[in-house]
Amino acid sequence: MAELTKKERMKIPRQPMPEQDGNVRSGNFKEVNLGFTEELALLEAQRCLQCPKPVCISGCPVGVNIRDFIGLISEGKYAEAAAKLKEDNALPAVCGRVCPQEEQCESKCVLGVKGEAVAIGRLERFAADFERNTLGIRTPQIKPKTGKKVAIIGSGPSGLSCAGDLIQMGHDVTVFEALHAIGGVLLYGIPEFRLPKEIVKAEVDALSKLGVDFQPNSVIGFTDTIDELLTSGYDAVFIAVGAGLPYFLNIPGENLNGVYSANEFLTRVNLMKAYRFPEFDTPVFDCKGKNVAVFGGGNTAMDAVRTSKRLGAAKANIIYRRSENELPARAEEAHHAKQEGIEFLFLANPLEFIGDKDGWLKQVKLQKMELGEPDASGRRKPVPIPGSEYLMDIDMAVIAIGNGSNPIIQKTTPDLSYTKRGNIVVDPDTMKTSKKGVFAGGDIVTGGATVILAMGAGRTAAKAIDEYLKEGK
Amino acid sequence: MYKIKSAEFLAPNIKKFIIEAPKIAQKRKAGQFVIIRIDENGERIPLTIADSNIADGTITIIVQGIGKTTQELNSLSANDSIRDVVGPLGKPSHIENFGTAVSIGGGVGTAIAYPTAIALKEAGNHTISIIGGRTKEFVLLENELRAVCDEVYPTTDDGSYGYKGFVTQKLKELIDSGKKIDFVLAIGPIPMMRAIAETTRPYGIKTMVSLNPVMVDGTGMCGGCRATVDGKTVFVCVDGPEFDAHLVDFDLLIRRNRTYSKDEKTALEHTCNYDVAFEKALQGGN
Ligand SMILES: Cc1cc2nc3c(=O)[nH]c(=O)nc-3n(C[C@H](O)[C@H](O)[C@H](O)COP(=O)(O)OP(=O)(O)OC[C@H]3O[C@@H](n4cnc5c(N)ncnc54)[C@H](O)[C@@H]3O)c2cc1C
Ligand code: FES
Repeated sequence: MAELTKKERMKIPRQPMPEQDGNVRSGNFKEVNLGFTEELALLEAQRCLQCPKPVCISGCPVGVNIRDFIGLISEGKYAEAAAKLKEDNALPAVCGRVCPQEEQCESKCVLGVKGEAVAIGRLERFAADFERNTLGIRTPQIKPKTGKKVAIIGSGPSGLSCAGDLIQMGHDVTVFEALHAIGGVLLYGIPEFRLPKEIVKAEVDALSKLGVDFQPNSVIGFTDTIDELLTSGYDAVFIAVGAGLPYFLNIPGENLNGVYSANEFLTRVNLMKAYRFPEFDTPVFDCKGKNVAVFGGGNTAMDAVRTSKRLGAAKANIIYRRSENELPARAEEAHHAKQEGIEFLFLANPLEFIGDKDGWLKQVKLQKMELGEPDASGRRKPVPIPGSEYLMDIDMAVIAIGNGSNPIIQKTTPDLSYTKRGNIVVDPDTMKTSKKGVFAGGDIVTGGATVILAMGAGRTAAKAIDEYLKEGK
Repeated sequence: MYKIKSAEFLAPNIKKFIIEAPKIAQKRKAGQFVIIRIDENGERIPLTIADSNIADGTITIIVQGIGKTTQELNSLSANDSIRDVVGPLGKPSHIENFGTAVSIGGGVGTAIAYPTAIALKEAGNHTISIIGGRTKEFVLLENELRAVCDEVYPTTDDGSYGYKGFVTQKLKELIDSGKKIDFVLAIGPIPMMRAIAETTRPYGIKTMVSLNPVMVDGTGMCGGCRATVDGKTVFVCVDGPEFDAHLVDFDLLIRRNRTYSKDEKTALEHTCNYDVAFEKALQGGN
């Protein structure tokens, strides 16, 4: 391929992501984004100016060598590009799909100053998909066995990335997972139409091949405690249990039939495959022809509302107490939701759920809000407008206002330090907790965050655990 | 895979399974439960651990075939396997020496109350067991309970065996006979547990019930199992399953358990017969 000049490169427009049409996809659970073709990937990769000092990398929480992997794509070396990605990111096929690139790497891209940033996420996905689809996920070299054993609790992105690194370092790794399947939020939270489960499975299978021992149906705290793991032969423990405690609104009527936490709704649909009921045994609220309201404005809320639409909801609303500007969801998710016919009601706060005599949800009482002064998060605080209450007819409600930390570990391992909110306190450079040999990372440390941060924490922990196992401190 | 070592019917439609699950056998305490999933397409349902044998590495569950999954489960036999069994989940029963403790089981609830009855006896209580069944065939675990309890009273709705009447009536009789009762544990259909709560309330007898909402994960992650106790929302899988009967909102529990019964017919299928009898009796002003 002939070298392009910088000027020529800058003339190429940012390549759009091919996607399923909004009207079609709102009726199926297939992936929305179809991925770059080779042609599109090559065009997009050539947009990269190969900056001598690439600033995009500073926007990546795990410091992926973005310039070089894109350079490899532009040379047609896709497998090498995937390998380059994997030096820093254990799950590029996942991150290429779910990372908020627009706030991270792409927000730093110099092209973004005057025009549009290089589509780094789309290229990441392209390279990772190329590897998986053509070569299969390649298994790296494993160092000689050290004879040390590490227990990892939780199989979300944090646990998986830590497991991948530790097994390559020659340690024996067992991953304990409370649910019957491996993957954490990647499996039970993020829907199929955004992250096909076969991708998660391929990554997990690759880890199994490397020798990672997965133990599903193991709720640490109940099945075994952390102390029991430490005394039964594990030399170190990494806690990556996520943020698994759904917050509710604490308003009257919240226990009516038809009111769900996002965790329950999404778990039924994604993990238990209720969207294929009765082929799968788990049911979920029958959304067909119904009015659905999802409360919240994050990725989880978008996932829930788009899921309800796919289950046949006549009207699927996002109800958010701030304005569109404060919406915490990724821009792409909100945009996709709108294309699929999701309605957005901003500056409205629920006060009460109202049911019929049999206990089924029928209405929600809403209060209109306006934006006041910025609050601690820096976003303008929503304040109620007195006398603005009104009723809206709904059949199903999903509460997607975030997760706290699940107390099982805290109750059964009281000798770790926790924050007031129940998050585990760690040294951010090593992920060491206050207890010898015990490390923690991911959402259980940060509170609900992102896949890439959880993975980065797993990686940092793996390095520190390796040192700990070598040096005993 | 968790292998079924033995499976036998205790009563029509009520089957006892002994399952290989050594870890759970070692850990479980009275009052705790497991969540099982029969196969890849299965749903996750909670079942109380009725017994365990550490040496054999087995747990016992007793299942009444009422919904799709329990019926499918009851079609399994020895040497079949269950895809997933996770536990022990939930808080163990709170056990202490109360003095005189009555454990009451209605239908399959007897199996659930059984381990706690043993624990109450071991803690030094004078232990009384009331076993409720629609007819004689549904009086479960009588011999097992006789082996541990100080007094055992089978009751049947039709008088085909033991005391003729409901467990509530027998309990009231015991109380009225002047026996000092310090603690009651009642496990069975929701209307039965509600009726027991109303029976003991005027006497101020501490009464616990084990709630059985629909669950998914069983670890506090989804909130699907929520109930209202003392006006506050609880997650039954981690905050329970046992709660103070005098504080439980039973109506809410009944309503929420109907979330997935699409019409009256399925609703009925999901209600066991002891339930129906109780519902009727209660409507009759009992
Ligand atoms: C619906 C939804 C959509 C999201 N969308 C995005 C997105 O688009 N982009 C993005 O970057 N982030 C997104 N996130 C956030 C992201 O998924 C999380 O930040 C990330 O998964 C956290 O990883 P983790 O490994 O810390 O924990 P998790 O993924 O939560 O995994 C923890 C695992 O530990 C298990 N576990 C818990 N307790 C125990 C125990 N006691 N014993 C054994 N196992 C236990 C859990 O069952 C779970 O499988 C989303 C989250 C949700 C819920
Ligand atoms: S079953 Fe999910 S929180 Fe209890």
